[in-house]
Order: sequence, then structure tokens, then C-alpha cells
Amino acid sequence: MKLTKAQYDEIAQFLGHVQPTRQSLRKLKEKFPSQSQSTLLSIFSQEYQKQIKRTHAKHHTAEAIETYYQRYLNGVMKNAAAPILLELANEVDFAPSLMARIVLERFLQEKEQAIPSKTLINSMLRDPSQIPNGVLANQVYQCTVNDCCYGPLVDCIKHAIGHEHEVLLREMLLEKNLSFIAEDQLRAKGYDKTPDFILEVPVAVEGHIIHWIESKASFGDESSHQAYLQDQFWSYWNRVPGESLMLLLAKETLLYVRKTVGKCHI
Amino acid sequence: ASVYVSEVSDLGLVSLSLLQKDFVPFLLNFLREQTSQILTNGPSTPAKTPSSKAHGSQRTASERRAGHRRSSQKASLGSFLTATPEALPARRGRRKGSSSVSASGRQVARDLGRSLAEEEDGKHDSVSWSGGRRKRSEVSLVSARSPPSQLNLNNLEEFPPMGAASGWTNKPSRRINPTPVSAERPLSKPKMCFTSTPVSQSPAARFSSASSLEAFTTVQEGNLPSAISNSLQEEREMLKKERCKLLHQASSPAGISLDPGTPTKPSYTRSASLPAESHLVTCANPTKVSCKKQLECLAQLYSSCIAENLVPNIFLELFFVLQLLTSKGTSTAEDGDSDLEVNERNASGRQHFRSVHNCVYFAVQVLDYQYEIISHLEKGMLKLLAENERIASFSPALHERLRQAYESSTAKVSLLLPCSVQSVSFQPETDNRSNFPSDRAFHIFKKQRDIFYELLREWEDNHEKTGWDFERVLGNKIRAMMAHLSATCNHSHFARLFQKQLIQMCKGPIGGGASWGDTPDQDVLNMLGSDNLSRLKRLQERFVVPQSIRGPCPPPSFPGCQQFFRDFILSAGSYQFNQHLVDSLCLKILELNSLTLVEHEHSDGEADMDEQDEKKRFTVVLLSLRLLAKFLGFLVFLPYRTVEQPTRDLQDSAVALRNQTLPVLDVLKLLRQSIWDRRSILTVPWIVEYLSLVDHIAPFLDYYKKVFCLLLQVYRLMVLSEDKEMNFLNKLLILAVLGWLFQVELFPSCCVLSAFHFFSYQDSVPLVDQQLLYTCCPYLGELRKLLASFVAGSGVKNGGFIRKITPTAAESLAPKASVTQRKLQVELAQAFFHNQPPSLRRTVEFVAERVGSNCVKHIKATLVAELVQRAEVMLQDKVKEEDANHDKLLEEVCAHLYEEGAQALIKGREFCKKKGPEAVRVLLPEETSAAVLSSAEDIAVELATEKACGWLSANIAALIKREVRATFNRMLKVPGLPVPGEDALELRRDCPPGCQHCAPLPSQIINEIKVLLFSSHCLLSDVLCVAVGPRDEGEVIDYVWLECLLGRLGQTLRCRKFMCPTSEQQLAKCTVELASLLVSDHVPLSLGIKSQEKSSERLRVKNNPTYGLLKMLLSVWKEDFGTPVPVHLIFTKKNIGYLAEVKQREWDLFLFMLHGLVEHELMRTSEIESCLHTLEELPWSSVSNEMCVYNK
Repeated sequence: MKLTKAQYDEIAQFLGHVQPTRQSLRKLKEKFPSQSQSTLLSIFSQEYQKQIKRTHAKHHTAEAIETYYQRYLNGVMKNAAAPILLELANEVDFAPSLMARIVLERFLQEKEQAIPSKTLINSMLRDPSQIPNGVLANQVYQCTVNDCCYGPLVDCIKHAIGHEHEVLLREMLLEKNLSFIAEDQLRAKGYDKTPDFILEVPVAVEGHIIHWIESKASFGDESSHQAYLQDQFWSYWNRVPGESLMLLLAKETLLYVRKTVGKCHI
Repeated sequence: ASVYVSEVSDLGLVSLSLLQKDFVPFLLNFLREQTSQILTNGPSTPAKTPSSKAHGSQRTASERRAGHRRSSQKASLGSFLTATPEALPARRGRRKGSSSVSASGRQVARDLGRSLAEEEDGKHDSVSWSGGRRKRSEVSLVSARSPPSQLNLNNLEEFPPMGAASGWTNKPSRRINPTPVSAERPLSKPKMCFTSTPVSQSPAARFSSASSLEAFTTVQEGNLPSAISNSLQEEREMLKKERCKLLHQASSPAGISLDPGTPTKPSYTRSASLPAESHLVTCANPTKVSCKKQLECLAQLYSSCIAENLVPNIFLELFFVLQLLTSKGTSTAEDGDSDLEVNERNASGRQHFRSVHNCVYFAVQVLDYQYEIISHLEKGMLKLLAENERIASFSPALHERLRQAYESSTAKVSLLLPCSVQSVSFQPETDNRSNFPSDRAFHIFKKQRDIFYELLREWEDNHEKTGWDFERVLGNKIRAMMAHLSATCNHSHFARLFQKQLIQMCKGPIGGGASWGDTPDQDVLNMLGSDNLSRLKRLQERFVVPQSIRGPCPPPSFPGCQQFFRDFILSAGSYQFNQHLVDSLCLKILELNSLTLVEHEHSDGEADMDEQDEKKRFTVVLLSLRLLAKFLGFLVFLPYRTVEQPTRDLQDSAVALRNQTLPVLDVLKLLRQSIWDRRSILTVPWIVEYLSLVDHIAPFLDYYKKVFCLLLQVYRLMVLSEDKEMNFLNKLLILAVLGWLFQVELFPSCCVLSAFHFFSYQDSVPLVDQQLLYTCCPYLGELRKLLASFVAGSGVKNGGFIRKITPTAAESLAPKASVTQRKLQVELAQAFFHNQPPSLRRTVEFVAERVGSNCVKHIKATLVAELVQRAEVMLQDKVKEEDANHDKLLEEVCAHLYEEGAQALIKGREFCKKKGPEAVRVLLPEETSAAVLSSAEDIAVELATEKACGWLSANIAALIKREVRATFNRMLKVPGLPVPGEDALELRRDCPPGCQHCAPLPSQIINEIKVLLFSSHCLLSDVLCVAVGPRDEGEVIDYVWLECLLGRLGQTLRCRKFMCPTSEQQLAKCTVELASLLVSDHVPLSLGIKSQEKSSERLRVKNNPTYGLLKMLLSVWKEDFGTPVPVHLIFTKKNIGYLAEVKQREWDLFLFMLHGLVEHELMRTSEIESCLHTLEELPWSSVSNEMCVYNK
């Protein structure tokens, strides 16, 4: 089913009034019972991410980092078991995983007297037991488990969803007898950037010649569409000229976006 | 001199080898000088003829000065053509002064400056001069009725129809107010006023030059709008007056009787009726021609010069002739009465061209002689000539021939091809990872490709906007990009992309820029209907054409999209990039230049189609070559580019220095080779482009002197009337481009035409058509523009009198078997092909090419892949054995494989032998005879094998090594070096039979477990998270639900359809985490059965549902996971930490788990022991205690 732009806007507008927290998600469900949970979650997470992006810089000033770290140290001194970081993140309206990352980075910096590598940080976030401090490990773990939009767990879920949609899409293509080259084949050929599928024989969809298909497990709202254009569309187009079909799948909600260069419609 | 002239014409030119050198320039100069007063129409008399009287005598004095100053330094074509009589040094000088206009775009500013200065000089000169010698005519003109408004007059000149100078405009009521439409006006203006022929006996012209100068200065001060509106206003005023006048004239009986629709009707009645003193009206009248005999003689002489290629540019001469034909200059001195001027004119003694009538008479005579060239021009041009009333009245015979030529012409030319950014496809062979030295280089190039297109799009969207400046907006981005390229040595890759994009975007005729043409925007025009269409076209012509005449010798330029690429190079300013680009361009040029030109048997039925294909292919190649060569020339001469002509000393030292260096591309060799191989039609046009961008010094270098001399010889030998074997249009193209080069560029004075000896010229393949001719030489369109500007609004309103188009076959060609010294076999093959239709040869060549290429691909995919697989196995064993030197290991393994690689040749031969004949059979006509077929097959196989095996024998070792290395690197990257046996098998597991793929999706399960973990953590920390809100009453976890979740987890894991490694690994990790929480009783389970709460401790342990859940987990781990489950994570500090907090009872769960792990073979006892052992270091005593329990 297609989600109309108006519907999307209505949901997004509602989200604009409330803090994107778990309660809001529940309220959202009450307000829009006709939409599926995953659809709402997807929109919710998108809006939440937008909010985080807006405030990202604010939390990364040297002063802010120092404040957070001191609050963490004071907090665990009083009660190591309390979810200090999680509460701190919620208090300042920041994603818990990202808060955990800030504090972890700061912690390692002090410990190692050097700026830790991104790989190290990421691997510690994925597996907090590697963190040399048990208390911090616990705090970090609480944060990553409790984050609905960021963190290794969420990334993994996103990845899983992406993969599932790709499988679905592949199935649809096979069903329709459309010959295609999939991403892994393209990669094997050495393409540096690849859309999900390149159609070996282009097809016409609503009068547009479609050369390749990309599925996104998120909604094509304006800003993410723009970002997508910037990050991926042109990259693909620079390599495989032609129009694309961007499929936006969110479980039972199938939303597709026709892409003509320079103009987009939802 | 007239005696001399007639003598010469009697003798015929050819015999005058001694005189010719001196004579031709003399003649050309003579003609220019004679006609200078009449030629007020074309704003574009030649800028650089050795002999042209381009700018009218008005500026002669100043130019003479300038010329003397410089003539010793600048080389020019004229200097070898001439060694001449009295007037020459001056002319040479002037030419040189003006040649600066033709320099490339970069120099425009400087040139403008210079031309301005000269203009100023000229103005002063003209004032004093006219005050003296021209007084009389000036006075007579002042009495004319025209209001002396300078701007009007200027426009009168540039909008000829408006001025109605021709007097043929008989429907003035249909005039509309013209508005200056060209946005380029500010730029083109100075050029125009500089090269125009402002000398006229009317004050109009004088003001014209002054005002245009003024206009230019205003523009520079930024007051353009007011200037325009001003002139517009006055223009309109002027127009009103003109209209009144015309109406007045038209009301006279004679005027009414005129019918412009019948071009055959003699027009002298009309002209007779016109007031003789009106400077506006000059109607050519055959009866008023004076000195006919001399004119005829001159025309014959002049025509012979053109025909013998003695003039430096035949199209320039044609342009001049058309200027004469369309001249509007007034002539008051009807009978050439004795005058100061006449005495001034040196040798001729008489003024033959003082009246329009004489000019037109002469022009028509010359056109008649040059009919063959003209008849090969494009259809629109022929139409204009056929409709030209002057021709009709002066020579009905020529008129009739032109009319027929027009009717039979099929040479429609359209120069508008759309240009839009279309990116270059990613080509795995050249663009994939294996072409880069490192991952970093590869990834950086990935970014650079994107940046490049971003720049291109930015340029495409914005470059036409006012105030957009390439360097300001893109300069830094480009340089940043260059820095990145340098850092990773990616220049060659980028150069290739750049070059491909260049070809893709710019190979069209005008590089995407605006142009004249038959079909501006066909879609829009089609909507108008044919009636309105022709009206619109004429309207458009009236607006656009007169302003845009720039003469047939525009300076080299980078139109349309080419501009982007030029500016990119300039902004980048990167030596490395330029060098790589030069390499890339040279390679591509050489590749394209070696295109085989196929001759066609014309009698063959299918030949037409073949010929068309061939022409198309040729066109594409030729245009690409010209484009690439232009950029190559630009790059090669860029470092030597100077704003000013260097002084003699500097020049000498530079020449001495640069004579030592070798040219980047040996154009001389290529040129010689092409003449030898009879393919100069392909080579000369691009060499011309290359040379058109030489710097000041280059022509003096020994090497380029030779090139220029050779080109001159080619030009001279390309006599159109002779040697019918060579296609006429081929010749015309070569003449046109060479003529252009001779006009726009500097020429070494050392070139002497005397030494022709060696070759007879004969390219016989007809490859050029008018479309290509005009595409390569858009400046030929200037001829048409000139005519159009004359005709526009002159009263031919019937939209042309010829509508019928009868297509005719192209002229036949004589196939010529070439016998060159080659090997016998090749000769035999050649002979074989010669007797066959050309399609056979192309088919065979095509098949050979494809099969050869497929063969290599096939070998790669089969033999090499197989070898690589074996190498993989070998490497795996060895890598395990010892921690050996990887490079050495690789070498060893590869060495093993090289021997087997030799099989590639055998297999390749087999492949070609099998596939070649198949393909040939399919592609050749069914009716091909068996013998021919078999020969064709053999040749195809031979060629394919040659190609494939040649490549394979040279590259197979490298190929194997590359592939093995890539595989090896991949192998090393995978953590833990998975043995491809079991692990891979496990991962590739299929769904159980009959699976409906309806299990819950992995993402969903991960999400649910995540929520579960979170809830448990809330309990663990014993705090209700404030911000996440109070937990719901019911937010304990229902046992049944959890049981169900684990069940669904099993299902999900069993259905492999949606599973991917990351999901599975995450599920494994999460479930281990869940297990840790379960064994430490941190999952708030609600059993739903309250009664059990009261049961005894022992019973509770037994009945603890957690055991069931743990059992389920153990079984899922054992049975359903495809990846190894990281059960050791149970023993991490964090998870054992949970245990440390709990009561004795839950240790049972832990022990249960440990036993389960061992039972399910998920961990060995020893492993568990070692894990527990590490835990001993932890400060929790209870753990140690429990360990004791376990150990017991």
C-alpha cells in the first residue's frame, strides 16, 4: 500500500509536538491506529534522527563533553548501578548510544592519553565487555540496549531490514521475469558504489525508463530524499547513467518514488 | 595595370609560375582596395588575408604605422605568397595588427584593448582625411535627408533590412520593431566595429564607428541598459521616418508596379524610378555597369586564382564575392569622373568598382565561374542564391542553374544537436579495484568521480547566469581535487574519465552552444504549423542573423561545453593532470586516427546502407579527433602562451631552446603517413585543430615549419577541378579547414611554395557530406548569413519559390584497388575482400574482434578461475602451516600455475576456431557461396586467434598473478581464516524442505529481544528510568510469551531466506546475553500461574520455568544457528557480575547451563575450565566458591 505524502506529513507533524520518546511512540500508535507499528516506528525514528542531527553539534562542544563526563563520574561514585548515562542522555535530549560514545571516548582519552581510534570505539560499543572499566561497560550497555534509533543493535536491525527488503525485491523481480544484476555481482565486478539492482534490460514504469532499483527501508520524506540524492543517487548515476526507481519499503507499506533527475515526487 | 591584367588572363595563370608569387597578392589587394568604398554591408571583411583590404582605407595610416612596427616579427602566410609591389608592406602590417583579434578567448581582453587603441587612431585619421580628400562626397551626403543621428546610422548598417537600403522592401507595413536580441552584444561589438568596413562616403559610417566605440566604452562602465534603451528609442524614431519615406516612394507609380515575387523580372525599371541622390537606395542595374570588359577579365583572372588554390582561403574569397553581390554601398560618382581618389589609386588608374552595379556584375561573373563549389554548399545557401534577385537580373543563366541545383540538392544541414551531461559509465576493466595501487587510491577516486560530476552539474546549471564565474565558484574545489589526485597518484584515472566525458559531451557539432541552423527547437516549431513556421524563421533570421555575422574566419574557440573543460584545465593548473591528460589524448587520437576507411562498391544494392554507416562512423571519429586534437593543442602550447608577441631576441632564444625538444605527438609523421595512405581526409582536419592553438613561437620551430609547409602543399595540390577521383566534398572540407588555419594562425615565413614535387593526391573514399563539412567548419555558415541578411525583409515574402525536393543519388565513386607492399598473405586476404562486398570485410573484422575479446573473457572465467581456485586451496594449506612470508608464498603458488597457464593459448585457439565460424555463418547472407564463406571463416578465426592469443601470451601470467593475489587478499581479510569447507557450507544452508518462508523476520526477532534485554536491565539497575517513563504495570515478561519468542527464534533461524550473517551473529550474541540474564534471574518473568509462588523451595527449583527456557536456548544454539554462537560471552566480567549478586538458588541455573553447554557440545569442559580460571582473578569470592562447587 502506498502511504500518501499527506498522511506522512500528518504523522510527522504530530511527532513535532511531542518529544520523540517511547511514550510518544505509544501515543502515536493510539493516534494512528490504522498504520502498522513498523510504519510508525520507521517514521518515528526518522523524525527522531532529524532532531538528533539538529542538536548533534551542541553536544559535541568541549564544554559539553566535559560536563557529561564529570556528571558521569559523580553519578557512578554515588551509585554505580544506577543508569547514570541513560538518564543523562534522556535529560539532555540526546540519543543514549551517542551519549555513551561521547563518554567512552572521553574516558579512553584520559586513560590512554591519546585520541582513541574509531574502530576501537565501535568495537567497544558493540561488545561492552571489552571496555576496561566494568562500571562503564555496564553503563554503555544500558545505553545501547535502550536506544531506539542509534547504536550497534539498531544498526544491526536496520541492516537486517535492508537485507530482508532486498530479498523481497529480488523475489518480486524474479516473479516479474526481470533480468537484473544484483549488488554482490556488481561488487564482484569491481563497481565501487552500487545500487541494489541494475536491470539488465531497462523497464518502463509509468512512462519512465528505469535502469536501476534501490530499496530503502525508510521513508522518502523530503529531507531524507535530498540526502539520498546527494549520497547515493548521483553516485550511482555517475556510474550507471539513467533513471532509477527507488523503492521505499516498510513491511506492508510499499511506497515508491519515481526519480527523474532533478525532480522528485513522493 | 589593366594591360598587365589582360595579358595575364590571356596567358593563363598556370604558365606564370614566376609571376604568380607576386601577382596573386597584388590581385587580391587590388580587389579589396577597389571595392573598399562599396562594401558597407558585411561587417566582417577578412581579418587576415595577406591581401585583403579588410578595414577600409580609413585606418590605413595608423595601421601602416602599426604594421611597420611589427611586420618584421610576425610570420604570415602572406609573407611567402608575397614579395610585392609598393602597397604591400603596409597591408601586411595592417593584417598583422588585426590578426590579434583572432587570438584565442583568453586574449580577448588584451585584443579589445589594442583594437580600441587602433580604433581611436583610425578615428582621428579619418577625420583629417575626410576633411581633405573626401570633402566633396561628404558634403553631398550631408544634404541627404537622413537625420544625422549616430545611433540610428549605426543600426542602419547593422540592420540592413530596417534601413531599407535596398529599396526592395515593398511591404513596409509588415515591419516590426527590431530589438537588439543578442546578449553577446557587448562582446561582439568591438570585434565587429573593428573588422567592419566602415568606409563609406556617408557620414553615417563615420559615426557608426565612433558610436560603436562609444557603446563599447559604456558597456565597460556598466551602463549597458541605458545605452541600449537609448539606441532603441532612436532606432524606433528612425524606423518611423524610414517607413514614411518608403511609403512615399511606394506611392509613386513605378514603385507600385513592382512585383518582387517574380525574381526573373528585370529590376531596372524599379531602380530607374528611384531618386538617384538617395544614399539609402542602391539598386544594382545591369545596364549601368561600366567597364564590362575589364570586369570580365578581372573576374576570370580572380576565378582562376580561386580555382588553382592560389588564394589562401577560397571561402574567404567567396565571402568577399558575396559581399560584393550584396553590397549596398552608395555610389554617387556615377561615371568615375576624375577625382583625387582616382589619382591616388596607383596602378589601376581607373576605379572599376565604384558603383554597386559594377560590383554585382563582377560578383555574378565570379560566382558563375565558381558554380561547382557553390553547388556543393548546403541547401539553405543554394536557396538564398537561387532567390537572389541580383543574380537573377544579372545572369538569368546562372540563376537557372542555381535554381536547379537547389531543387536537386539534398544537402540539408542542421547544426543543432542537443548537449546534456550524460555521465561516462563505470567500466570495470579500467575502473575497478584491481586498477588501483591501494584501497585508499580506489576509494579516493570514487569520491573524485562524484566531485567531478558535481562540478559539471554546477557548471551546467549556473554558468549562463550573470555574475557566475568559473574560477571563483569552482576554482578552489578543482584544486582541492587535484591535490587529492596527486596524493594518491590517481591522475591517469581521472585523465581518462575527463577525456571520455569530454568526448561524450562535446563531440557534437558546436559543443552544445547556440548556433545558426535549420531547426532551432523542432518541438516548439512543429507546433506552429508550416505556415507560421516559415514566418517565424524569417522573423528569427531578421533578428538574429545580421548581428551574428562574424566573417568566415573566426578565431579558434571552445564553444558550449568545451568551455567547461578548458576552464577546468586552466583552473586546475596541475602539471601532473595536464601531463596525464596529454598522454590520454595522444593515445586516443592515435587510436582514432588509425580508423580504417573502407571503400564501397557502388553498384552493390546494399552499398548505400554500408556507405551511410561508414559515413556515420567516419563522422563520429573525425569529430572526436578534432575535439581531442584541439584540447591537445591547447595543452601542449599552453605553457608557451604569451599575451604579447615576443621580441625578436626572445623569439630567437626560445626557438633555439625549443628546437631541442621533441613534439608530444608526431603530427608531421602522421600527416605524411596519412598522405601516403590516402587518408588525409581523416588526419588533416584534426591536425588543423591542433595547430590552430599554437603559441607565437611554435611556428618558427624547425619541426612545425615542416608541418606548415606540408599543409600548404596539401592545400595547393587539392585543386578542386582536377583529379576527379578524389571526392569533391572531401577536398572541399580539407580546403575549408586549411584555409581557416591559414587565416587564423601565424605562418612561418620560410614556407615557400616552389617546391612541390612528391605526391599526387587521391583520397577516393567519399566520406564527407555537407553536414560534416558545415559541422567541421561552422564558419562556412557565414556565407549564408551574409546572403540572408541581405535577403531578409527584402521582399521575397513568398517563402521561396521552390518547394519540390527531388532526391538524387550521390555522385558515383570509382573504387581503386590499392597495392601496397605487404606480406603475401595479407595481400591475399586484402584481395579476397576487395572482390567481395565491403560488408563482408567488416563482418569478418567485427567477428574477429568480438570473438577474440570473448575468448579472453572466456579464458578468464574458466581456466583462470579454475587455477585461482586451486591456488586458493594451496594457499590455505600453506598459510596454516607456517606464518610464512605471504609474497613469497604467492610467488611460489603462481609459479606452479604459470605452466598450466600456457594451456590458455591452446584453449583460446580452440575457442576461436569454434566460435568464429559460427558467428560468421550467422552474420553473412545465406546465399554466400561455400568457398567465400569458408575463406571468410578462416580469416575471421585467424584474426581472432591472433588477437586473443597475442593478448593471452603477453598477459596470462600477469592475469593469473593478479587474480590469485586478489583472492589471497580477500582470504587474509576474513577474520580467523575460515576454512572454506564446513563454515561456508553451514552458511549456505538451505531452508528445510517445504519451508513456506513465513517465519518471523530476523529484524523483528532482534528487535523483540532488544526490548526484552532493556526491560531486564531496568530491573537489574533497580531503578525506573525516569525519562523512558514509568514501566507499565504489565511490563513483566510473560513466560509463555518468552517461550513463544524462543520458538519463533528457532523458526526464523531455520528459514534461511531472509537471514544474513550480521543478523544471525547479532541473534547469537543477543541470545547469549539473554541466557546470562536468565541464569542470574534478571528476567522478570510472570508465570501466569500464581499458585506456584507458595510451593517449597526445592519444588520451585525443579519447576522453575527458566530451566525450560534455557533448554530451548541450548537446543536453538545447537540445532538452528548456522554461525558459531559466542557462548563464551557468558563468562565475561559483566555477565558474571550479574551472577555475583544473586542468591544461591540461581547458581543452580548457572550450573545447569554449564552442563547443558557441554552436553550440547557447544563448549568443551576444558574450555569452560579455562574461562572460569580467568574469572578467579575477579574480586568476587562467591564466584570462586561456586567454582569449587562446580569442580566437585
